[in-house]
Amino acid sequence: MNNVVEISEVSKSYEDVKALKEISFEVEKGELFGLIGPDGAGKTTLFRILTTLLVPDSGEAKVLGMDVVENYREIRPILGYMPGRFSLYQDLSVEENIRFFASVFGTTLEENYDLVKPIYQQLEPFKNRLAGALSGGMKQKLALSCALIHKPELLILDEPTTGVDAVSRKEFWEMLHLLKHQGITILASTPYMDEADQCDRVALMQNGKILKISTPDEVAQSFSSTLYGIRSKHRFQLIQVLREYQYVKSVQPFGESVHYADHRNDPDTDDILRYLSTHGVEDAEIKKIDSNIEDTFMELMQQEESHA
Amino acid sequence: MPEVAIQTRDLTKKFGDFTAVNQISFDVRRGEIFGFLGANGAGKTTAIKMLTGLLSPTSGEGSVAGHDIHSESEAIKKKIGYMSQRFSLYDDLTVKENIRFYGGVYGLSRHILRSKYDEILEKVDLKDEIDSRVGSLPLGWKQKLAFSIALLHEPKIVFLDEPTGGVDPITRRQFWEMIYKASEDGVTVFVTTHYMDEAEYCDRVSIMVDGKIEALDSPVELKRSFSAKSIEEVFIELARGAENSDG
Repeated sequence: MNNVVEISEVSKSYEDVKALKEISFEVEKGELFGLIGPDGAGKTTLFRILTTLLVPDSGEAKVLGMDVVENYREIRPILGYMPGRFSLYQDLSVEENIRFFASVFGTTLEENYDLVKPIYQQLEPFKNRLAGALSGGMKQKLALSCALIHKPELLILDEPTTGVDAVSRKEFWEMLHLLKHQGITILASTPYMDEADQCDRVALMQNGKILKISTPDEVAQSFSSTLYGIRSKHRFQLIQVLREYQYVKSVQPFGESVHYADHRNDPDTDDILRYLSTHGVEDAEIKKIDSNIEDTFMELMQQEESHA
Repeated sequence: MPEVAIQTRDLTKKFGDFTAVNQISFDVRRGEIFGFLGANGAGKTTAIKMLTGLLSPTSGEGSVAGHDIHSESEAIKKKIGYMSQRFSLYDDLTVKENIRFYGGVYGLSRHILRSKYDEILEKVDLKDEIDSRVGSLPLGWKQKLAFSIALLHEPKIVFLDEPTGGVDPITRRQFWEMIYKASEDGVTVFVTTHYMDEAEYCDRVSIMVDGKIEALDSPVELKRSFSAKSIEEVFIELARGAENSDG
């Protein structure tokens, strides 16, 4: 049995809001799997179902072959869960928090010290500090240590990197890679597309649906058209003028360039530049570029909307 | 309105022995989209409080919208707009009530408020939601509404604190197009964010480490001079050794 997580046609509604619409996917043993989508996509609802905190309206979810509704007692001890809002006791110290979580799961800090060591070691100089007085990046490390202290088979992390700075985010993903190499299966969510590359596979989620599941590279490359990056000092004007072009398929600002796709198969880029120039954008530069995961995400979102 | 919207010279703030902001000097041009980056604890918030008239500097000079930050903080407050992802709108008030409330705070006449009101609903496409509680709106709409309200009193400079966190990539781009539009209209946009891909949308970006500005240039130039593929790489290179980092 190679799948740690198996989700099959799971739906969940809150009154008239459909949070999950027949979601299905599997996570393999030892995989680092990313659930990528904005706020309101349904990521937290799905995690609450997997952690046995919510019952699905329909469909089936299993963790290591056990049903999340029938076997919740057996599932809970083998899960490590780091919720989106910090789960720590603010008025306990760093050490008291980790010892508390260890005792809840019938273990001790000493027994599983090796597993948490790379992370917890960084906190030990502050072990007497109250959790509430830690910085965001340190709270995040403590929360991860607490979720790991009972040596779970599956680690579920709900937006662990939201609100922390780029250095802490990078360190956090490095820690997850270490844990993965120790054989722990990891399911993590993030609203940030640029974190997809850290995962073995990702599911793109939007409005309670999965738009695509694949490796990050494959997702990035699955954009359906040739993509061009166009630059000009007059970005706002460039976007407006491109949208009016007769062959336009999509125009999306991407920082310093604009990503442009055309309805023609192999458009002459000089034609595009000439069009821009006659409409007041004279300094434009254009080149073919590789699509990235956000290009694909947006294209899938638009397809989804046009079907709806 | 001068061509320089924000200017600082050796701006410094100390709290006891701790120097939160250490002699920072920079200019922001009128209409520029300026990204203000730094790790948690680098001194960004303290710097912004000085620029928005909420905290007086220990030493150094600064002017915002042509007013001195030491002596004219009240004049500055009237000429700036502020939007934070978390605190800008009242969730328990409706869209209409939020607009009216902020109109009142900034002393707009009933007549002006009326025209602004239609303009905002048009721009944000919220006509059908005027009587909805803001708390019930999707995050993307809230952000666009908050930005429009921050521009209600036609400020010269608008400060945006992590404006687009958590929304889908299409909504996020719609938001950035609103920022580009404001910049076209001559509004200076001062953005702080943890998300480095947001920095790529700015005309210029500064990176603060341990109270100092360690880099300031356009995203293209920063990437070139650090031989980096992204602003994120530049940031990590600069911030990794920080003493007051969030690690």
